[in-house]
Amino acid sequence: MNDFVNQFWNWYVILLVLGSIIACGVLLWTQSQPPPAKLDTTGHVWDENLEEYNHPLPKWWMWLFYITVFFALGYSVLYPMLGSFPGVLGWSSSGQWAKEMARFDEQTKPLYAKYLQTDLKALAADKVGMETGKRLYLTYCVQCHGADAKGSKGFPNLADSDWLWGGEPAQIVETIAVGRNGVMPPHAQLGAETIKDLASYVRSLSGLPADSLRAAKGQEAFNSAGCSGCHGPDGKGMQALGAPNLTDKVWLYGSSEATIIETITKGRNNQMPAWKEFLGDEKVHLLAAYVLSLGQAAGGK
Amino acid sequence: MSETQSTYNYRVVRQFAVMTVIWGIVGMLVGVIIAAQLVWPELNLGFLHFGRLRPLHTNAVIFAFGGCALFATSYYVVQRTCHTRLFSDGLAAFTFWGWQLIIVLAAVTLPLGITSGKEYAELEWPIDILITLVWVAYAVVFFGTLAKRKVSHIYVANWFYGGFILAVALLHVVNSAASPVTLFKSYSAYAGVQDAMIQWWYGHNAVGFFLTAGFLGMMYYFVPKQAERPIYSYRLSVVHFWALIFTYMWAGPHHLHFTALPDWTQSVGMVFSLILLAPSWGGMINGVMTLSGAWHKLRDDPILKFLITSLSFYGMSTFEGPMMSIKTVNALSHYTDWTVGHVHSGALGWVAMVSIGAIYYLLPRLFGKSEMFSVRLITVHFWVATIGVVLYIASMWIAGVMQGLMWRAVNADGTLTYSFVESVKASYPFWAIRFLGGVLFLFGMLVMAYNMFKTMAGGRTVDDARVLVPAAHHA
Repeated sequence: MNDFVNQFWNWYVILLVLGSIIACGVLLWTQSQPPPAKLDTTGHVWDENLEEYNHPLPKWWMWLFYITVFFALGYSVLYPMLGSFPGVLGWSSSGQWAKEMARFDEQTKPLYAKYLQTDLKALAADKVGMETGKRLYLTYCVQCHGADAKGSKGFPNLADSDWLWGGEPAQIVETIAVGRNGVMPPHAQLGAETIKDLASYVRSLSGLPADSLRAAKGQEAFNSAGCSGCHGPDGKGMQALGAPNLTDKVWLYGSSEATIIETITKGRNNQMPAWKEFLGDEKVHLLAAYVLSLGQAAGGK
Repeated sequence: MSETQSTYNYRVVRQFAVMTVIWGIVGMLVGVIIAAQLVWPELNLGFLHFGRLRPLHTNAVIFAFGGCALFATSYYVVQRTCHTRLFSDGLAAFTFWGWQLIIVLAAVTLPLGITSGKEYAELEWPIDILITLVWVAYAVVFFGTLAKRKVSHIYVANWFYGGFILAVALLHVVNSAASPVTLFKSYSAYAGVQDAMIQWWYGHNAVGFFLTAGFLGMMYYFVPKQAERPIYSYRLSVVHFWALIFTYMWAGPHHLHFTALPDWTQSVGMVFSLILLAPSWGGMINGVMTLSGAWHKLRDDPILKFLITSLSFYGMSTFEGPMMSIKTVNALSHYTDWTVGHVHSGALGWVAMVSIGAIYYLLPRLFGKSEMFSVRLITVHFWVATIGVVLYIASMWIAGVMQGLMWRAVNADGTLTYSFVESVKASYPFWAIRFLGGVLFLFGMLVMAYNMFKTMAGGRTVDDARVLVPAAHHA
């Protein structure tokens, strides 16, 4: 509560604020006593014809002014305003937030507890549950994976049947709960020619047009330069490492020769943040079910 | 000496008055472009996207359009009401060319992304230093003229102009304090929540002093002049002047409700914003009531229409502001288009309209004519502008309240009812109406420019207006 390094500043704030509010009222009081005697002009003339009447302050206006001053004084007693004095109502903005959050958590607890008890696959088929899942998705996931869940460059498409890190319920939960870090190391040391060969080979794996001579040389390099260590000798990838399947025509960064050369040369580093702390197990569970349902709709297992 | 003393310096007034119209068109055109970019996102071309153009729009309308209007009118008013020529022609010319240079530098650097990142104070440190130099020269000219006045009493308009000049100097220097890294990059002297607090102490007082006190000075001269009626109440002007300039200084924290700013600071900002209501309305009452006994003049005087309508918008937005500073209201309104609408009811309805009225008053006098080339076109301008403002603020109210309600809507399962992008989608029709309102307002400025150039073409540059002898019975 106390933002002050010492009591001096606390009292400095209190006295300055109170004094200033009161000063506004005092200004109004002294300047309205006594009201101007006559309604004639002040007698000063500027620039030929600029003159001033001296009407008294409008009564309703004075009351408006006084009311705001008294409101300010009342507010200073009820709410935090005078330095570290918390106000007799004990209100605080963080307190209000905590209270509202607790109220909602209390309200929705049984619902989410029920969802957590439900098997993920069954939950993926639960229409009402998936509506909640979709809304959670649209709040927390949409920024990267897109409103249609189809992702974009560097952000995986969730609405297909391809899984970078595995499509089993437990794997999806893990991806969301603790996040993923997909690292493709840079391979600039292989030299531009070899990298170009590799790119041709990678393209040929997905049936894309590629120089067959280079593709053949690339296949050799694929096995000798260590690519197969993560992507497998057949290029079908390894979900435990998040190493993509290179034969499935799904491209995270793009399929053009230039993009593939960039990927091999410079490597890629991709991060899915961890959500367990922020969302809690229940919502992670529900989101995992929703993501599973997206994959199922796309024809996956 | 006595030769030059015997006439008013209309040259610098004329220069600033003409540039007010030019910069008004430029600034509002950029506003219309960014309004269009929100409706048609494909208009965000290259680096000329919303993020780069928005600060250009705000700087152009506040400091180029509003600034030129304040320079023009304050130089005119201080000479006329002090019955003396400006303190220094040389320094006055320096403020004109210096200010134009600052505007051009802003127009180049902001689209290039050279920015300090502080809202309404985006210009980088070399330009900030130039602003300081020009502002000091402005203060010397203004207060120098006041010092050599030929009347003992200082007219109320000059209190407000003077307060505005002093406060803006203070705000600019404190908020722009920064450590330069290169010619184009600096870092704020403050960090974290202190930086935010300084920024909004500056930001709200830019509204309070640049866009309110300065323009109240304008109001206090041009309303009684055009209505040919005495100011309603001297007493009221004294009370609301001191209350206004004192209270505005406290209101900044209401821009930081429900942030890392301590609760007590937010409360201080809120209650002083509420106290600010009456002092703000004091200016509106004094302006509008000045017309009592002369209401019929509103019927066929379009300049008076501009001036009085501006006071109505002033009263409305200074009521709306305190309401929005209340924490519970702010929880709904903050970060929505309601804020944008509120700003524009002040900026278009009050600041632009009072300036337009004042410039229409000035132009014939500066170019040796008895009236504008076409009074009918002023009337056209008035109605086009008024409809434009109403469309603008009404659409932003609806969009703002809608956004606020959508963002806080919660389902029974605790999830948000709407994703953010749904609120964006729902805002499109209102953004289209806002665009239309902006187009209308801009069109009015083009009509004004046509009228101005026609008036200039048929007139002469008046440099021989004799300094008036103060009225005999002046105390």
